[in-house]
Amino acid sequence: MSLELNLCHMYPEQMNLYGDRGNLIALVMRARWRGIPVRYHSVGPGEGGDFSGYDICFMGGGQDHEQQLIGEDLVRRKGPDLKAAVEDGLVVFTVCGGYQLLGEYYTMGGGLKIPGLTLLDCRTDAGTRRMIGNLVVSSSFGGTVKTLVGFENHSGRTRLGGEVEPLGRVLKGFGNNGEDQTEGAVYKNCVGTYLHGSALPKNPWLTDVLLLRALERRYGRFDLEPLDDVVEQAAHRVAIRLAGA
Amino acid sequence: MPGKIARALDPGVLRRLAAQCPGGIFLVTGTNGKTTTARMLTSMLRRTGRKVVHNRSGANLLGGLTAAFLEYAGWNGRIAADMAVLEVDEATVPRAVLELAPMGAVVTNFFRDQLDRYGELDRTIALVKEGLQGLRDNRLTLLCSDDPLSAGLGEELSGAGASLIYYGLEPGAARDWCVRDQSDHEWAVCPTLAAAREAESLPVANDSESLPIAQDSEPLPTVGIPTAREACFCRACGSPLTYRRRFYSHLGHYLCPGCGMIRPEPDVAADLVSGTALLAFRAGEKSWTARLPVPGLYNVYNALAASAAAWALHIPTDVVAGAIESYAAGFGRMEELTVNGRRLLLSLVKNPVGFDEVLRTVLEEGTGAAAGTGAGVTGAAAGTGAVLGAGATMVIAINDLLADGTDISWLWDVDFERMAVPGAVSSVICSGRRAHDLAVRLKYAGVEPYRFTVETDLMGAVTSGLRLLPEGDGDTLYVLTTYTALLELRADLTNPSRARRFWEV
Ligand SMILES: [Zn+2]
Repeated sequence: MSLELNLCHMYPEQMNLYGDRGNLIALVMRARWRGIPVRYHSVGPGEGGDFSGYDICFMGGGQDHEQQLIGEDLVRRKGPDLKAAVEDGLVVFTVCGGYQLLGEYYTMGGGLKIPGLTLLDCRTDAGTRRMIGNLVVSSSFGGTVKTLVGFENHSGRTRLGGEVEPLGRVLKGFGNNGEDQTEGAVYKNCVGTYLHGSALPKNPWLTDVLLLRALERRYGRFDLEPLDDVVEQAAHRVAIRLAGA
Repeated sequence: MPGKIARALDPGVLRRLAAQCPGGIFLVTGTNGKTTTARMLTSMLRRTGRKVVHNRSGANLLGGLTAAFLEYAGWNGRIAADMAVLEVDEATVPRAVLELAPMGAVVTNFFRDQLDRYGELDRTIALVKEGLQGLRDNRLTLLCSDDPLSAGLGEELSGAGASLIYYGLEPGAARDWCVRDQSDHEWAVCPTLAAAREAESLPVANDSESLPIAQDSEPLPTVGIPTAREACFCRACGSPLTYRRRFYSHLGHYLCPGCGMIRPEPDVAADLVSGTALLAFRAGEKSWTARLPVPGLYNVYNALAASAAAWALHIPTDVVAGAIESYAAGFGRMEELTVNGRRLLLSLVKNPVGFDEVLRTVLEEGTGAAAGTGAGVTGAAAGTGAVLGAGATMVIAINDLLADGTDISWLWDVDFERMAVPGAVSSVICSGRRAHDLAVRLKYAGVEPYRFTVETDLMGAVTSGLRLLPEGDGDTLYVLTTYTALLELRADLTNPSRARRFWEV
């Protein structure tokens, strides 16, 4: 059986800040090192709406006016099909601005409210102070408790509802809102997080969980061949030390 | 620091000192190229016999500007200078204009900085514009035609009575430099230019073709993944810009299919005669050539910006050419040092665009030298393309302190993939506080694992790098670092007792 994964980059022109690319590179390379080719697709405003051919979707961060620009397209054009695909187990990984748009709404600094996808049971309101710095999180997303490291830079404060699980608990940094110690949100295989830096290359276990779930959804039970992660793990440890966690 | 103290004691000090420059004050601002452009312009003016105040150290906030003037002030507070050329931080432009009442300004370009994941870029541009609107009458404003963000200020400033001068690269520069032509589909929206393009039938090259690529090397699967978007949208109407030629990042010859906005024709233009080493300038009726001793297309833009300002100030062209030809790279701008008979090139890297340009320059030089040596030793090897084992020897040091930018996400938007091309790189030592992050980045860029190592200590990394250089001259250690790592390394290299370690290599 020849394996293959189809990776969809959502709104690369609008939702693409420094480091977002690293997440895509990590997914592609870690699949490639196991002999699994990944086909890269991108979907912009006015395009697509059919998510049945994709195995993993990624959406990065954006500024307020970009989120505003794509908000309606995301909800109306991509919404129905994307939601059905997530119910069916599609793997979705979103960072920061992309994460905020998967919730019920995002209220910007000026008070303007952008309706979100309501894929994740969460709501985001802009705060007055930006939450910036190294972020370390403890997460059991992969089944066992592991750490996630990265950097956060957001003014939005996200509060989770009862339908989602947090991606993890904050060990150092702010996370969703700087108050309740939660970071990120998970519903089925759909993940939102404030971690960038980039997140996936320095947290190879998370990359592998996403790849594994995508492969299992498509090909059934799957064993992911372990890789030599000495370089990644060293960076992971240093990031924890530098964060002072 | 002395500038800061002076301002605390006397808030009007800068205003008073600046008012004493009879020839006026010229500001240089923009994301990249401020330091080099300001230094070149200063040298051009000094060659005419003028005494010029200049913040050579690159301290470009109000304190630094004040300190630059204090250096030229006598005990009585009088300034013995004719003019001032000051590089000014973009956000400081409004205050600087208010206190200095400059006669002119150069805006080099706008890129996202590494501190800028959240795009303060729009705000930065607005601040510069606000500042420039406060320039006094008949002010000179020099803008880069090829940067839609710098040039875009022209439209907004012309109403305010500014005297605008544009500078840019000639179409011919595309012969030697990368041209990224848009697809035919995109060109269809602009039939006239498409026709012009066909008539001219420009050769199409892309970035990677300038590097040797082994015949059987498979392209990386990550090649198509776009970097964080740079401003390729029209400032006026928001449409994506169409490029006829793209030199690097969003610099090139563009137009807006939405509202018809086009790149302004440059008043001062340069063409590449022989790579970036020999430039041909034209401005009005005048034309002249100059050899550029520092590598990189970004330095061509710096020389062009300085030349345009000098031309506007009626400096003779032979003086302009002379200053360019004798330019010695400044602090950490491809600065050349000799250590124990070996060449060390130091370069500051602070954002993806700048890093990409430095990397391209280093790899071209590195592989060029290697190919030359290879051909000399074994003539038969010439023409086989990549020679493994050749290529550049590098130290790359990444710190994450405040002055470097605490978020290192931008490393993922640097085109390190070009280092994975066989023959491009001999070995790389990753250094600095975030050395391990860099190592991860290189691994995911496809650089072979045995080619990079981690040595967080800066001096240690440079020492190891020098050891890796083969015996004999003609070999160079390229040291690319973020700001604080550069300061530390520079201090160590110039301190005789500490630098002794290098001599013992
Ligand atoms: Zn337009």
